[in-house]
Amino acid sequence: MEIMKAVLGLEDGEFVVGDGFGVEGECCGELVFNTQMTGYMESLTDPSYAGQILMFTFPLIGNYGVDEQNFQNPRVNALSCIAKEICDKPSVLPSIRTYFEEHNLFGMQGVDTRALTIKTRLHGTMKAALVVGSDDGQAAVALARNAPDISDTTPIPAVSCKVPYHIPGKGKRIAVIDLGIKKNMITSLAARNADLHIFPSHVKSDEILTCKPDALFISNGPGDPKRATDAIQCVKALLGELPIFGICMGNQISALALGGDTYKLKFGHRGANQPVRDMNGRIYITTQNHGFAVDGNTLPEGCRISYANVNDGTVEGFLNDDLNLTCVQFHPEAHGGPRDTERPFFDSLFRRIS
Amino acid sequence: MPRKEHIRKVLIIGSGPIQIGQAAEFDFSGTQACRSLREEGVSVVLVNSNPATIMTDPETADVIYIEPLRADIIAKIIEKEKPDGILSGMGGQTGLNLTAELAEMGALKEVEILGTPLEAIYKGEDRQKFRDLMNAIGEPVPKSIILTTLTQIDDAIREIGLPAVVRPAYTMGGAGGGIARTKEELTRIVELGLSRSRIHQVLIEESVMGWKEIEFEVMRDSADTCVIICGMENVDPMGIHTGESVVVAPILTLRDDEFQTLRSAAIKIIRALDVQGGCNIQFAFLNGDYRVIEVNPRVSRSSALASKATGYPIARVAAKIAIGMNLDEITNAVTGCTKASFEPSIDYIVVKVPRWPFDKFKGADRTLSTAMKSTGEVMAIGRTLEEAFMKAKRSLDTDVRIHTSPSEIRMILSRPTDERFHCLFDAFRQGFSLDEIVQLTAITPFFLEKIKNLVDMERQLAAGSPPEVLRAAKRMGFSNAEIAKCTGKTDDEVETIVGLPSYKMVDTCAAEFPAVTPYFYSTYDPVTEIEPDERQKVLILGSGPIRIGQGIEFDYCTVHAVKALREEGVEVHIVNNNPETVSTDFDTSDRLFFEPMQIEDIMNILKSDHYCGVMVQFGGQNAVNLAVPIEQEIKRCGLTTKILGTSPDAMDIAEDRDRFSVLLTRLNIPSPKNASAYSEVEAREKAEAIGYPVLVRPSFVLGGRAMEIAHDAVELDKYITEAVRVARNHPVLIDSYLQNAVELDVDAVCDGEEVLIGGIMEHIEQAGIHSGDSACVIPTQSLSSEVLTTVREYTRKIALGLGVIGLVNLQLAVKDNVVYILEANPRASRTVPFVAKATGIPLAKIAAKVIMGKRLRDLGYKEREIRHVAVKEVLLPFSKLAGVDTMLGPEMKSTGEVMGIDYDFGLAFYKACISADNELPLKGNIFISVNIEQKDDVIPIARKLRDLGLTLYGTEGTVDYLYEAGVEAHLVRKVQEGSPNVLDMMRHGEIRLIINTPQDKQSRQDHYQIMRAAVDFSIPYITTLQAARAAALAIDAIKREKMTLEPLSHYLN
Repeated sequence: MEIMKAVLGLEDGEFVVGDGFGVEGECCGELVFNTQMTGYMESLTDPSYAGQILMFTFPLIGNYGVDEQNFQNPRVNALSCIAKEICDKPSVLPSIRTYFEEHNLFGMQGVDTRALTIKTRLHGTMKAALVVGSDDGQAAVALARNAPDISDTTPIPAVSCKVPYHIPGKGKRIAVIDLGIKKNMITSLAARNADLHIFPSHVKSDEILTCKPDALFISNGPGDPKRATDAIQCVKALLGELPIFGICMGNQISALALGGDTYKLKFGHRGANQPVRDMNGRIYITTQNHGFAVDGNTLPEGCRISYANVNDGTVEGFLNDDLNLTCVQFHPEAHGGPRDTERPFFDSLFRRIS
Repeated sequence: MPRKEHIRKVLIIGSGPIQIGQAAEFDFSGTQACRSLREEGVSVVLVNSNPATIMTDPETADVIYIEPLRADIIAKIIEKEKPDGILSGMGGQTGLNLTAELAEMGALKEVEILGTPLEAIYKGEDRQKFRDLMNAIGEPVPKSIILTTLTQIDDAIREIGLPAVVRPAYTMGGAGGGIARTKEELTRIVELGLSRSRIHQVLIEESVMGWKEIEFEVMRDSADTCVIICGMENVDPMGIHTGESVVVAPILTLRDDEFQTLRSAAIKIIRALDVQGGCNIQFAFLNGDYRVIEVNPRVSRSSALASKATGYPIARVAAKIAIGMNLDEITNAVTGCTKASFEPSIDYIVVKVPRWPFDKFKGADRTLSTAMKSTGEVMAIGRTLEEAFMKAKRSLDTDVRIHTSPSEIRMILSRPTDERFHCLFDAFRQGFSLDEIVQLTAITPFFLEKIKNLVDMERQLAAGSPPEVLRAAKRMGFSNAEIAKCTGKTDDEVETIVGLPSYKMVDTCAAEFPAVTPYFYSTYDPVTEIEPDERQKVLILGSGPIRIGQGIEFDYCTVHAVKALREEGVEVHIVNNNPETVSTDFDTSDRLFFEPMQIEDIMNILKSDHYCGVMVQFGGQNAVNLAVPIEQEIKRCGLTTKILGTSPDAMDIAEDRDRFSVLLTRLNIPSPKNASAYSEVEAREKAEAIGYPVLVRPSFVLGGRAMEIAHDAVELDKYITEAVRVARNHPVLIDSYLQNAVELDVDAVCDGEEVLIGGIMEHIEQAGIHSGDSACVIPTQSLSSEVLTTVREYTRKIALGLGVIGLVNLQLAVKDNVVYILEANPRASRTVPFVAKATGIPLAKIAAKVIMGKRLRDLGYKEREIRHVAVKEVLLPFSKLAGVDTMLGPEMKSTGEVMGIDYDFGLAFYKACISADNELPLKGNIFISVNIEQKDDVIPIARKLRDLGLTLYGTEGTVDYLYEAGVEAHLVRKVQEGSPNVLDMMRHGEIRLIINTPQDKQSRQDHYQIMRAAVDFSIPYITTLQAARAAALAIDAIKREKMTLEPLSHYLN
């Protein structure tokens, strides 16, 4: 097998050379790391990773093949995949290599991902460029430096549905704003018989109201939440009109709609081992994938922080009883990651609208 | 919730001696728990019978009892100490069983059971309760049926079918269990299992053989927070005990949805059990379907492995949970900036491989099954699975036989033995297809592909291999020596091409947070995390996996050396690969290297920073064997590092018989006639010259490996062929065998000018029984002060004559008031911890300080006169190993030790016997059978036992001569004479003690069967007359007076 070169350039001027896989080409965006030890395909397909180069800290990726049944979206949404090693002979086929080749995706292996992770932790998230089929580090660095800042991009429209669609159910009707929704959010709602009306990210509030929903649900999505101006407007208009629920970007959009603020974390939370504490002091282990957080101090009166991250104290969820608004920053729908909060979140969602 | 303020004093029960199924992991966990509780201001009362533990150090616990782990004795300690709580989960199965017994006998009325409630223990251990609970919460368990008598066998076969798994209730390491393929096998295993189970209950279970075996270590606090510390996957599928399996962490072949299904089930189970602390849960998994196999609501060997694999200190956290703290109130000591309420994420792959004792037990059944046979394990860390596999293999330090015969390979793969893991490599080498290996082993192809990668690389490496290939081999964990062998280069040439490894940190969080604990492993990634500085450091070599002859004692010594150096302000690093140990705890040393311990690995560490010295004398023989190679390499590489303490040359003098003889002659110290021989012919000549019987052994031995007594030339010839194979480069040593001499052990420290004698130990068994298997006593009981003066004089002369700096152990024999030197070992010995506990002199620490340049006279220790008596007794592994000869001899067989302490030899010996699971009867029947040559000696012993009210039984000859001597004894038939014979009496529980000494060759078969039955039916037994005499004294003593129950400090003050 001919080894294809690849190089990752970073905005600080450093670059690392490794072995490419998938196809030749280049991409640039933020380099982020995920500490999960399983669920690599769930992450790669998670639309929230759009615009990001996803690096796994676990050194062996692809060991159980490509499990399409667990995809969170029909396609890989991360810009590319960086791994210490990909497994070429998993027990179940296809392998990541084959999948990447067949789907024209970019990957690089054979690099010291731990060193890159430490660098990211110390420096903060960096812009990066992956060039597969070349080992020209300087060119990759230049690409990285020229890449737009994530807060200057609008990745949501590309991963949101283009037109509204309906998933019929016999239970409560829920309007969903799709900012790049993970499949398992839909699965968790549908499992509770919800009648789902799913709208694109640019939906207007009156359009949502026409389906006469019992509640509004705002999904996860990529990029800086402040760039999701359509969704913010829409939610602002519906505050108090409908019970509102949000996950991840949904959480941030709700905060912004309420007049609160969000900020960029130094290197984000991406993994399946993040502890959060609820208001009763109970701890849950959660899956997380966010680079931005809600600034708790900016939330208006009537809002309560419902979950805080045990490690760094950041806001992991808030609610407003007057407005019947409930949001979390973490991912109760799991996939990948622990399912500890699936029932607490989704059951309570349905309790609050019954 | 803040900690329970009313808990001020806590009792922790240790796990007793090291034995198969219960190794050093409980010292590791117990020590962590003690420290964790004391950090919170709780005082700790500790009970353990094992003196070779860090947990029984005065620095670890507040009040220490070295007493037998028997419920009535612990109940008395509870009465005396009045603890507020008891922590049951730290002492393994022993600790849990005792806590249950204590509660049942009402001894815990005033004592709060901390952590996991008793009910959880019952639900986890009692098969039916466990099944009921699983059914209630909807978790699937294998079909099963519980048997309490043999008559239910047919029902079991009808309901479950064959093959079926037998699991006795309340035993450790699956003792007494097994897989039955036929009705006969089932009957046999059930019979044994019933006799071993504390509640006479066994479970017959649907076989899930061949399913994946998955384990979770889970923690839960009283606020119901649950976290998974580590998921582990067995490479060997279901059917082999997890302790016997090659295990990887994290789980590698489950998809996330599959993993999460099991994770959720694990949390559901720990909640249903109401565990507060740590818990191990095992699953069988096949194509999306799973069964819950077992739950251990306590710390275990797996939890020790999980702690070392992730960096998360399970026992430390469990102890804090037990006193009411919650996970989010406990700091993750590894990062220092996050809480214990998270799930570790790792960015490397961990492999554990067990270490079996079959190099010691040639006759043993080596088949691996659901019962444990291994004595220890190694753990290796790599950035690739291949690397971790190769590092684990190197860490094992065993001679691996390469199999080339396809039929033999097929046999080993399909009926797994300790050789199977290595044999997987052989199978690929012989061109087996992956599919065939999967068929034979049911191992997941993913793992086999990795092994195939290694064999492919082995093939690819050749004389002309380009540098890229060599570097790729390094990333797959090949050592320079292995690459050199395949490419025809020297190790040094290989190193020049591939360079030095980088070191990465184990930090619990995959680098997401900065870590403060320096716990490292090597790999061949470009960036290293060690930043060398000018500060001078010392590296201490640990002892590797627990094996017979190299037990926990050496870890104890290693830890003490570390502590001593830290007290002196020296930065001290450890290298070791045994995950069960205190020495590899995250905060024992200033830097921990989890690495194989071959010369390359050690040298790489020395090159990674500035080391002023290496200490080899604490880690046992393996570390000592590295002294010379390290010294040579240091010189070659131009490092300034020194081997600290006794010089490698002095060590060589002690090891080299000829050089040692020269020394003894110069010092005018007698030794048994001896010689070295390099060939069979030479051996025969020399043996003739010395005179039979002779003691023969290879040089450079550990725990007397392959040592035997040869009575004639035929036995000698037979031996030589085997021994020479064991150690090709070294001669065979031949010693005159001093029959019926008293053997002594002396442990001392020398600073080059003065010698501190820690203790002189008199062996209870005669010379010829390996000192590691012999019971011994401090102070000596039968020696005159003249003899002791001579012993002290010889010790001084030899220590100074050899130039010992640090520890030295001498073995001596006394016959007819003449003192002979048998051997000198200028290193830590297995008796150092016993001496330290018996006398209060911390020899290992003193030695480490002396090595760093302190003078003995400044340290202020003197040999102590003690008024009490301390007896060390050993634990033999025969009940765990079918087919093993139970005779003691010059080859070491014991796995661990206990100590009995009291003010009288009899009482101390009695306590030691209880602790060694060999409780002496105070009434009932004793069966005596001794060699006719020993009849004069046995008569007074028999008389004494009869006078003490015991009834004697014997076979014809014995009964006759006892009768002639006026000691009545009852006659029973010999085994060959048919039923009813002594075996029948044993089976019916009519015999309470067996005294059976080595026999002439004819009755050997009888002897063998009786001893095997004694082991299988757990009947106490004695195989030497000296021990029988001590037993009579002990029974006498215990009938006259009460055992003293006082803490160790009471004796030592």
